[in-house]
Amino acid sequence: MRELGLIVVPLAGAGLAALWPRDRTRPWLLPFIGLIHVGLAFWLLVDPPAVTPGTWLGFDPLARAVLPAVSLLFLVCAAYAVSYLGLRTERRNRVFVASLLAMLGLLSAGHQARHLGLLWIATEGVTLAAVPLLHFNGTARAFEATWKYLLVGGTGIALSLLGSFCLGYASLQGGGGGDLTFAGLTAQGSSLSHPWVLTAWVLLLVGYGTKMGLAPMHTWKPDAYGEAPGIVGAMLAGGVTTVAFTAILRVRAVINAAGEGAMADHTLLAIGIFSMLVAALFLLVTRDFKRMLAYSSVEHMGILSIGAALGGAGLWAALFHVWNNSLTKGALFLSAGNIRRAAGARTVDEVAGMAIRTPVSARIFVTGLLAVTACPPFGPFFSELRIVRTAFATGHAAVAAGFLGCLLFAFFGLTRLVFAIVDGRPRPAARATGPRLRETAGTVLPPLALLGASLWLGLATPSVLQETWTAAVQALLPTP
Amino acid sequence: MSGALNLLVGLAMGLNLIALASARLPSLIRTAAVQGMVLGVLPLLIERQVHLLVVLVAAGTVAVKGVVIPALLRRALRAANIDREVEPLLDYIPSLLLGAAATIGAVALAGLLPLLPEHTGALLVPGSFATVVAGFLLLIGRAKAISQVCGYLILENGIYLFGLLLIRSMPLVVEAGILLDLTVGVFVIGIIADRIQREFDTLDTRKLTVLRE
Repeated sequence: MRELGLIVVPLAGAGLAALWPRDRTRPWLLPFIGLIHVGLAFWLLVDPPAVTPGTWLGFDPLARAVLPAVSLLFLVCAAYAVSYLGLRTERRNRVFVASLLAMLGLLSAGHQARHLGLLWIATEGVTLAAVPLLHFNGTARAFEATWKYLLVGGTGIALSLLGSFCLGYASLQGGGGGDLTFAGLTAQGSSLSHPWVLTAWVLLLVGYGTKMGLAPMHTWKPDAYGEAPGIVGAMLAGGVTTVAFTAILRVRAVINAAGEGAMADHTLLAIGIFSMLVAALFLLVTRDFKRMLAYSSVEHMGILSIGAALGGAGLWAALFHVWNNSLTKGALFLSAGNIRRAAGARTVDEVAGMAIRTPVSARIFVTGLLAVTACPPFGPFFSELRIVRTAFATGHAAVAAGFLGCLLFAFFGLTRLVFAIVDGRPRPAARATGPRLRETAGTVLPPLALLGASLWLGLATPSVLQETWTAAVQALLPTP
Repeated sequence: MSGALNLLVGLAMGLNLIALASARLPSLIRTAAVQGMVLGVLPLLIERQVHLLVVLVAAGTVAVKGVVIPALLRRALRAANIDREVEPLLDYIPSLLLGAAATIGAVALAGLLPLLPEHTGALLVPGSFATVVAGFLLLIGRAKAISQVCGYLILENGIYLFGLLLIRSMPLVVEAGILLDLTVGVFVIGIIADRIQREFDTLDTRKLTVLRE
């Protein structure tokens, strides 16, 4: 029952937020629900329930390996949201708070979905719940970003539905009785019809890859991350991409059981390298520091799919990287939000000297940059190191070389932009924003907490987490 | 039974080409609506015995795809007071040729994929693939938000066609959930299109060019 609480509590919270009469007190629902959610998620992490194989929803090893990270990210974002919405009293927050909570509930459902159709419904629900969050600012640019998100994301999600149908048909061909749970499909193994499995894999990879933001389906990401508030960017980059990644992992386990695992690995590897390359090139040219975060997210999605393509050890590192990506990206998005508000602009042409205007956020931003570009001793360094070592160990030296090359270019691109924003003298636009947007504990402590968590993951990865990742790898790629 | 089914799927495939050739928004909306209604009837032909739930799903599909969403789009069209031209980014003749090529390709591709005995000879698989491609062509090849919504509707119709292959094996709960999600999705798209019109005073997505590298 606890695992259902992860879904029901946030959805009930969303309903409550929709009915709550006062704008001023409504945001407090976010950390309240977030706290319950984190409590439940970590209780389940430490004391996992037994999952009956045929069930549609369950806190299985994969959900246990990644969902607590999303929950933690949400709690920190929720704490930040109280201060943020306090600064944005000119806009009504009823829809915003309700959608954010609904998104958490649907994300929990998506991570726990063990049924092909249910997984799709939850992912589509998350996509739709994000729409009001994206155009919270109500500007023309925000609507433009939302439109692109809807069309690209909508097409992607439609293709993943077609892929789900194809996989269902592959099961019918193999004599299946219409059992569309992942356990049922995996049990069918090589009796699944191979042509249909291949069609399904292509469509599902493109579909869920769009949600994840793998290149070349990443085009919605820079616009959406650039225009949305920092919390929304953090939840999209750390939560929505994670649910899409787990969807791809679950589908891949079925493809693997059908005997087409090598083909799936090749496509994941190719799309991962391509994403990293595209992201690295765009990071070298972009002039907008919020769009920069989007390209950095594309890069990290590439890292995840490369890790997932390299067998058991690589998958373990990818699950570790999911945690690192969620927490580190969250710190970057929240501190970037502070800088963006105080600066009144987003491009290097208009912003400089933020170390003087927002000293703490600027420091967090620079430290977050070091963390996200895999400088030790932050978590991402260790997960990426493991991926490189696995690539060498499995005879993918060229992949490792490309991986490191892209990381280097991304490092150049990111440092170029971040230091241009932090150093120098403040521009007139920043002076005009006034003292109302000074840093407060409420806007500085949340990103600091996320950064601390990233450091902690790097220095002393808790053994319970390592054990959950091992269990998830074992469940997804059973070694005979 | 299979004859009537193939006739309707063939009709839907013909409507794809009409949609690709439509030069005016009202006729594009009408084509998408008619296609939605044609597809809504199909579950009645596929199920061996007609029971209440199937009738409800069919009636719901016809009402939503054929009446509610088109009415919403027509309202947006009137409110926006925009020029009725479709304004193709990809001209009509190339779109039609691509659509026709996709139809032939879909038939060829479906021939390569193995089908269950009860589905051989049915046009569901080629019809589905051809409709998805036609929807995609409209989505990328038309400038106005409303024609893109119509493209998305047609793309969804294609997926719905494929879903009919699974109608007997999928639990109805899942189908209902999928139908609900798709409906809400189209509504949300419609609302955003409306907001874009108010913000930009146009539904021409070519004007949405502030965000680029």
